[in-house]
Amino acid sequence: MIFFQLFYTFLLIGAFTFGGGYSMVALIQNEVVVRHQWMTAAEFTDLLAVSQMTPGPVGINTATYAGYTAVLNAGYPQWAAVCGSLIASLAVIVIPVTLVLLLSRWLLKHKDHPRVATVLRFLRLAVIGLIAAAALGLMTTESFGVPGLNLRFGVSLLIFVAVFLLSLRRKASPIVLILASGLVGLLVYSL
Amino acid sequence: MAKYCDIFWSFFRVGTFTIGGGYAMIPLMQREFVDKHHWMSEEEFLDQVALSQAMPGVFAVNMASMTGFRLRGGRGAAVAVAGNILMPVLFILLLAVFFRAFRDNVIVERIFLGLRPAVVALIAAPVFTMAKSAKVSWRNVWIPLLCALLIWLMGVSPVLIVLAAALLGYLCSKIEN
Repeated sequence: MIFFQLFYTFLLIGAFTFGGGYSMVALIQNEVVVRHQWMTAAEFTDLLAVSQMTPGPVGINTATYAGYTAVLNAGYPQWAAVCGSLIASLAVIVIPVTLVLLLSRWLLKHKDHPRVATVLRFLRLAVIGLIAAAALGLMTTESFGVPGLNLRFGVSLLIFVAVFLLSLRRKASPIVLILASGLVGLLVYSL
Repeated sequence: MAKYCDIFWSFFRVGTFTIGGGYAMIPLMQREFVDKHHWMSEEEFLDQVALSQAMPGVFAVNMASMTGFRLRGGRGAAVAVAGNILMPVLFILLLAVFFRAFRDNVIVERIFLGLRPAVVALIAAPVFTMAKSAKVSWRNVWIPLLCALLIWLMGVSPVLIVLAAALLGYLCSKIEN
């Protein structure tokens, strides 16, 4: 039965993907497109484009959409497809959340132990590097346009500098900055 | 003690305004948990980022369950995760039904041209604002630099970096004690 298969497949996907959404995408593709053939490769590519453009974690977005499409393609009505999407989204978080809760409980008890404190000190340094790498990895022509004297790159650079400086001073809320940048894009590129 | 509705709304906002994957949530989470609600110190926030990254699964959901658990135990975790994924799941469901109209929409595309550089800036800023809490100094700045370069240029998995840093910390703690 497709609902059990969905649950089991996404349970495993959740348990075995380390390192966030994009590494999960490869595994989901393998399971959903190649192994179970719940959707075509073209449908999967569309799904990735949509995940980039909608709010939320990529891993959850992909699971939700894959669950929906799989059930629909198997010939069930739309309400069953909605159930399928909920099953896939829940299945993908069950095991990681359980592990996180166990780790949190342990950590809250032992965080003041000198050994744990030293390990955490090193982890914090590494995390600064992790976040820097995420920002560097996004500095692409897809985010900014092609470097040079053109409207897209100039506007992108201005938005980047303005948002960067405002969030360095921690004055403006990221929500306001996101809404404002979207509005600037809409206005500038509509002219 | 944090109220359940505060936890829910905080994560609802974070989930709704995250575009382009988990790390884009970091600046918003930092503002909500550290600056606004004072649920944790910036050091504790960094610890959570490291541990969420080292666990399997979706980064943002791991952050949510860890924060919810810290505030109100198992129920707090459930409330945080529900708040975090509610909007994304609803959004995708709507899209699955009206898919083409959204994807080929020129207005959506223009908004995203403005959003993308902003998201990069929002991720870059915490590197500098949180460097102080991570106690980055001239003596140890090579650690974050090396981590960033290994991931960015060599394509090393962030999970390996977190595990290596933990191991290095463990070895140092053996020498110290």
